[in-house]
Amino acid sequence: MNSFFNRAWKSLTSRPEPSAGEPAPPVAQEVQPVKALEFDIAPNDPLLAYFLSTPGLVEIDKLQMDSPALQALRLAQVRVSVPLVSQGELIGLLNLGSRRSEQDYSADDRRLLQTLATQAAPALRVAQLARQQQAEARERERLEQEMRVARIIQQTLLPKELPDLPGWKVAAHWQPARAVSGDFYDFISFPDGKLGLIAGDVTDKGVPAALVMATTRSILRTAAERFSSPGRILAHTNDTLCPDIPPNMFVTCLCIVLDPISGYLRFANAGHNLPSVCKTDDVYELRATGMPLGLMPGMTYEEKDVTLEPGDSLLIYSDGLVEAHNPQQEMFGFPRLRECLPCSPQGGWQGEGTMIEYLLEKMAEFTGPTWEQEDDVTFVTLERQPSQSASHSAEDQADVKGETWQILAEFSLPSEPGNEITAMNLVTEVVRDLISPPVRLERLKTAVAEATMNAMEHGNRYQADLPVELRVLLSPTRLAVRITDHGGANPIPETEAPDLEAKLAGLQSPRGWGLFLIKNMVDEMNIHVSDAGHGSIHHTVELIISLKGDDHGSASV
Amino acid sequence: MAQHLFEARLRQVSGKAIIDLQGEINAFADANLSEAFTQAEDTDCPDILLNFSDVSYINSTGIALIVGLLARARKNNRRLLVCGLSDHFTEIFEITRLTDYMAIYPGEPEALAAV
Repeated sequence: MNSFFNRAWKSLTSRPEPSAGEPAPPVAQEVQPVKALEFDIAPNDPLLAYFLSTPGLVEIDKLQMDSPALQALRLAQVRVSVPLVSQGELIGLLNLGSRRSEQDYSADDRRLLQTLATQAAPALRVAQLARQQQAEARERERLEQEMRVARIIQQTLLPKELPDLPGWKVAAHWQPARAVSGDFYDFISFPDGKLGLIAGDVTDKGVPAALVMATTRSILRTAAERFSSPGRILAHTNDTLCPDIPPNMFVTCLCIVLDPISGYLRFANAGHNLPSVCKTDDVYELRATGMPLGLMPGMTYEEKDVTLEPGDSLLIYSDGLVEAHNPQQEMFGFPRLRECLPCSPQGGWQGEGTMIEYLLEKMAEFTGPTWEQEDDVTFVTLERQPSQSASHSAEDQADVKGETWQILAEFSLPSEPGNEITAMNLVTEVVRDLISPPVRLERLKTAVAEATMNAMEHGNRYQADLPVELRVLLSPTRLAVRITDHGGANPIPETEAPDLEAKLAGLQSPRGWGLFLIKNMVDEMNIHVSDAGHGSIHHTVELIISLKGDDHGSASV
Repeated sequence: MAQHLFEARLRQVSGKAIIDLQGEINAFADANLSEAFTQAEDTDCPDILLNFSDVSYINSTGIALIVGLLARARKNNRRLLVCGLSDHFTEIFEITRLTDYMAIYPGEPEALAAV
């Protein structure tokens, strides 16, 4: 500040400053360009206190104190200084050397200088503040630009598109409280067709949270390449994150692994908000215990499971919703959230628009128009659509063609000898009038009985407590029967035409006709394997037959 | 239960052994079918006719039993004939190529007339 003043008022100084060490020149013979005297007064310099306590002109020669600033003024041959003080702060000095006449400064001179100083001080202050604000504005603009870039970078770490799963609707919403966020979500495709859903919330907001979010996301992705169990993915992430995360930070994280075919999902939770499951007649939370990530290594994460049936939905959300406040300082809270969900007694979302739109609307109603978002708000919803396609095999294009299926019937039968006939008869009752000509119905019956027998024998090994599940589905042109075993470790082999000659020659077992027969009885046979957890493998054989056929004789071989 | 729903009875008509099958041909039919076939082999008839007229159901295990009988017949130089197959069973016999090794006749009279 002092230097600024000196530059501004240098023309008032009557003589050039000598360079350091040079003797002061005598009275100037001619006017030379004047260099500004630039120096800072240290905060502990007694001269500073003197200037502040002594309004008016100060005669430098007469001062007696141990002050580096005083020495500097003397060296510069300053005779008098007029402190410029604004609001108790020294913002500059009016420094003058000897008068050209070498006379002392007169009383008039002193008054003039005093008046000048009184008027100059506030003007100088205003100029200084204006400069300061300009500098701050430039700095703010630079930071804002950096934050804009940071936000763009962070957005690239979020999924660019939603998973496209036939029979499912997945939606997500990410709304940071600041430019960047500690909230995140992710979708991971596993090689076996399962979908990983991750939702996380880093303590704190803004840049520190965003940096930890980016790290956590990478570690989770790497863990998901090694493990397919949600509990192990979280445990591995926790162990990797622990050494690197700042001591006062942690990450809550939910990890779900969904089998889109069966709707079966396993999940583990590192202290994240409990996801809500909305069944047709019930709403409840999915609970699994586990410590937040990054607190201490060696944690294990409980795994739980649930199956989403057609029409069911799942809501994952971060703190930003439940901890939002209204103008009366009430919190949105979990009870209000439950009321928003479908099938709540208060009648929540009823399917108009999306569930997320509905939740945002309810949140806006609650917080009011003047709300300043307090925390990051993130939603991920997963809905299993009511009309679900029966056909999920990779080679089947039914869903792409937009074929919609409705469930006609579902049966569950214990694995007891002879129940393949029961299954056949039950299915026949449902589809009898749908399929023509009758020979086509006979084919389906044979296929259903064969597939049920395989499920009981090879899948469930005739353990009566392991059921075989049958589901009959109808599309406008076709009928599907899905037959699922429970616990078959043996894979269903490829269908091959049996070698009848070898069998007749006694070189092969006369058996082994089942799959071959099934395949030739229906228009399409698909096999799906799903991991139901606990080492339990389910096989589903899907039989598809057109409702109408013009053939009356043999099936195509 | 299913295991009681199968019977196989041997009769002889003009020098031919006819096994009348009745009910469901699955794993439970094995013993009865095998016994009837042994009885048929004990006759001197070169042709053994399987009459499916009263068969309500056959599954892949039943197919395996028929394949087993066919193998035995070939080994013992007997000819195996089939009659009374429904359209659906005919289709199954065609798909499994059993028709390549067994003559199929609509009914018993046609089978008897043909040999």
